[in-house]
Amino acid sequence: MISRRQALGGAAALGLAGLSAPSWAHGGDVQAREIRSGFDAVSGEDIDLTIARGTRRVGRRQGSAVAVNGSVPGPLVRLKQGQTVRLNVTNTLDEDSSIHWHGLLVPFQYDGVPGVSFPGIAPGETFRYEFPVRQAGTYWWHSHSGLQEQTGHYGPIIIEPDDPDPVEADRDYVLLLSEFTPHHPHRLMAKLKKGEGYFNYQQRSWTDDYPLTAEERRMWAKMRMMPTDILDVTGAEYTYLANGHGPADGLEYAFRPGERVRLRLINGSAMTFFNVRIPGLVMTVVAADGQNVRPVEVDELQIGVAETYDVIVEPRGAAAYTIAAESMDRSGMAVASLVSAPGARADVPALRSPPLLTMADMGMNHGSAHGMEHGASQGMNHGASQGMNHGAAQGMDHGAMGHGAMAGDATDHTAMDHPAMDHGGGSHAAMGHSDQAPASASMNGMDMRDTDLLPDTVKVGPGIDMVSMNPVDRMGDPGIGLATVPHRTLNYRMLRALARNPVRPPTREMEIHLTGNMERYMWSFDGQKFAAVSDSPIRFAHDERVRVKLVNDTMMAHPIHLHGHFFELVNGADAADQPLKHTVIVQPGGSATFDLTANEPGDWAFHCHLLYHMHAGMFQVVSVAFPQGEGA
Amino acid sequence: MKSAILAAALLTAPALAQHEGHGSAPNPVQMDHGAMGHEAVDHSERGHPSVTADPPAGSGPARAADRIWGADAMSASRERLLREQGGQRYFWVMADRAEYRLRDGADGYLWDVQGYYGGDLNRFWFKSEGEGAFGEDIEGADIQGLWSHAIGPWFDLQAGVRQDFAPRDRTYGVLGVQGLAPYLFELDFAAFLSDRGDLTARLEAELDQRITQRLILQPRAEVELAAQDVPELGIGAGLDRAELGLRLRYEFAREFAPYVGIEQEWRVGGSADYARAEGEDASATNLVAGIRMWF
Repeated sequence: MISRRQALGGAAALGLAGLSAPSWAHGGDVQAREIRSGFDAVSGEDIDLTIARGTRRVGRRQGSAVAVNGSVPGPLVRLKQGQTVRLNVTNTLDEDSSIHWHGLLVPFQYDGVPGVSFPGIAPGETFRYEFPVRQAGTYWWHSHSGLQEQTGHYGPIIIEPDDPDPVEADRDYVLLLSEFTPHHPHRLMAKLKKGEGYFNYQQRSWTDDYPLTAEERRMWAKMRMMPTDILDVTGAEYTYLANGHGPADGLEYAFRPGERVRLRLINGSAMTFFNVRIPGLVMTVVAADGQNVRPVEVDELQIGVAETYDVIVEPRGAAAYTIAAESMDRSGMAVASLVSAPGARADVPALRSPPLLTMADMGMNHGSAHGMEHGASQGMNHGASQGMNHGAAQGMDHGAMGHGAMAGDATDHTAMDHPAMDHGGGSHAAMGHSDQAPASASMNGMDMRDTDLLPDTVKVGPGIDMVSMNPVDRMGDPGIGLATVPHRTLNYRMLRALARNPVRPPTREMEIHLTGNMERYMWSFDGQKFAAVSDSPIRFAHDERVRVKLVNDTMMAHPIHLHGHFFELVNGADAADQPLKHTVIVQPGGSATFDLTANEPGDWAFHCHLLYHMHAGMFQVVSVAFPQGEGA
Repeated sequence: MKSAILAAALLTAPALAQHEGHGSAPNPVQMDHGAMGHEAVDHSERGHPSVTADPPAGSGPARAADRIWGADAMSASRERLLREQGGQRYFWVMADRAEYRLRDGADGYLWDVQGYYGGDLNRFWFKSEGEGAFGEDIEGADIQGLWSHAIGPWFDLQAGVRQDFAPRDRTYGVLGVQGLAPYLFELDFAAFLSDRGDLTARLEAELDQRITQRLILQPRAEVELAAQDVPELGIGAGLDRAELGLRLRYEFAREFAPYVGIEQEWRVGGSADYARAEGEDASATNLVAGIRMWF
């Protein structure tokens, strides 16, 4: 079933042989340890990894790096499902370090989060991680100490399946996307805290080209929000990397025409969502977050921080294809090439115009396709949902009003000045704006921070600058800026697990709000930074089945990661087909829902994988009870 | 058995459907029905006794790692985790205006510096303003030390002490509000009660207008008010003085922006009388050049 003639992780950088020479050979300081771009592979039962500081060059920029085994990314850890692995990690830094195996099902004490799963790895110490490899697929590892991840402390993981791989490919490559900054990450964090839009050089101005009316500009100013706040750190600071290589390095992946090439996309960046496309080729998505999915053909996909997608491409006609990974705010790009002959190149597409946040991103989702779905679901919904504020929402067609917050607070409707708001027959078209319409004047007079809409579990305070008025499910959204591109894009609703999941209905529902204050650069769950709730973890009973709804009360997309588990996206698929993920993007102003079987006992980190959001406090501990008899 | 399964399904359904109604799930009908059907199967297989009696989720802080590594070994990393996930403090200092002032008579200078040290909600805030003319005694200089507490997403309440060094030493208690108003106006309003019992107030507003990504026009207004005459300081009751300025800066870096501008200042009412009595003009126009910088 597998006809894998070549299964390479990172040795694909054909154009970079020169960099593997020792640094002194090409003018480097003999004393300073120069960190290579690109990675080797390590495998077997015993794997040694060494964390060390060094200097690193990308293009003409140079900075300090924390790297593992002397390269960024660090080595590809190649494992086989069913084996046991012992990873001996030596820390030569003058500060604590750690490695978290992102997406791996491990005993919690080997999950690698200092202060949650273990004490961390002290300077000079070697820590042995030991666990059975229970799964297959594409994953990655990274430091969970301080901000080391930003400076190069990350690498890919591939686990070969025990059974024959359902994904057939002639070549198998890793494309790990990340960023380089010559500056210390604490400096970046300080700028985010103290500056306003510090890294954003695509802001509104008197001379910009944004399709915003004067009224819309005033409205954004009135809200004290920026429609251009797409990514906190941009290409003004970062050089975007493909397997550690800058755009000028010319990373190449070889193919012969007609071959099936598997690209394992890993977003190992600290802060950047990427739009990945290969002009001229269709990408067939075959796995998400390491778990196989039914093949889906797309022309472009957005990959959130910490997500992975495996795609198959079949390059034929041209000698070269460009793999373009454009940052979501379109301020820069990581670039690699698929080539049938070394040195062949295709055009690199130009950066597209930066996107703007929309009505939907502000939590005002009136015109999405949900209306129809809700219309179809009337009977069911209403039979059972006595508590759904029908009184308050009188006069509205509930079929169309599946929007929770709004239905629960009819008073807002007067303020909203929507004459067509009767929702008769779910005709959302009558409302005159779609999900992607720019924020229009119709929202003048709306309260963008109506804290009455929040459940009691959310602590209202200065850390919340916005409350999503109508947080509808946005798992059908391809990501900021991709709704209007003229080709096929990926969204979570298109994903179906390849193997059927055991089906269990949830016995508990939980709603967690993602909250923030852009001006103060505060980020949190339920209005409270980790520092304020560290002794009150999110608790699950052992093997408890819980439906978790994440509601985004901010205008940023957050990639939320739960350690030690896979959850199933509640994406409209049959329960048995819901795709498994370890990280889910919650779109601005919207919600995303997953079902979790909490069957991995122990304490686990749960956080926004935007590094500086986590660092600002968007972090919690999930505590899964031990089976009865084992105590907790 | 079959009836037990059905009962279990019915018990679960309302709780689920209630939330479905909130619009989270894209297709509740399909989902719920599917789920219910499968639940039945699942129950018989897994033998869950009842959906209403959940196993305990436990309570108290998360301490699973203590059992493996020992509480002592874990405590340092726990404290560090707290500090690193939201517990940080930052130091910020900004010279909003540090400028040379070209005007009739002797040219002058002005500084307007502020900064803070602290976390997101509570900070020690300090401010200093001063101005004068070259070759003359300094006209005015003060420094404030304030405790600053966030009272909303965009505003801080500030309370503390202001010490004047010129024209006379004088100490004030300060109570103020500083923050970002709708339409992105930076506001700073403070009331001052002196050790002589004099009550005054100051209101400053600035607005950044981006012409390009680095060229920024900043209108600025400042008003000083007094509850009474303070003759020795030349302060007249009511509206005491007002300033209107326009500064154009270029951000070579966000932290470093030279500017040029113009500022008009007026002394009003009783204050204007005091000025004229001392042989000064009640109004002045300054052409200014300076640097806005922070770190």
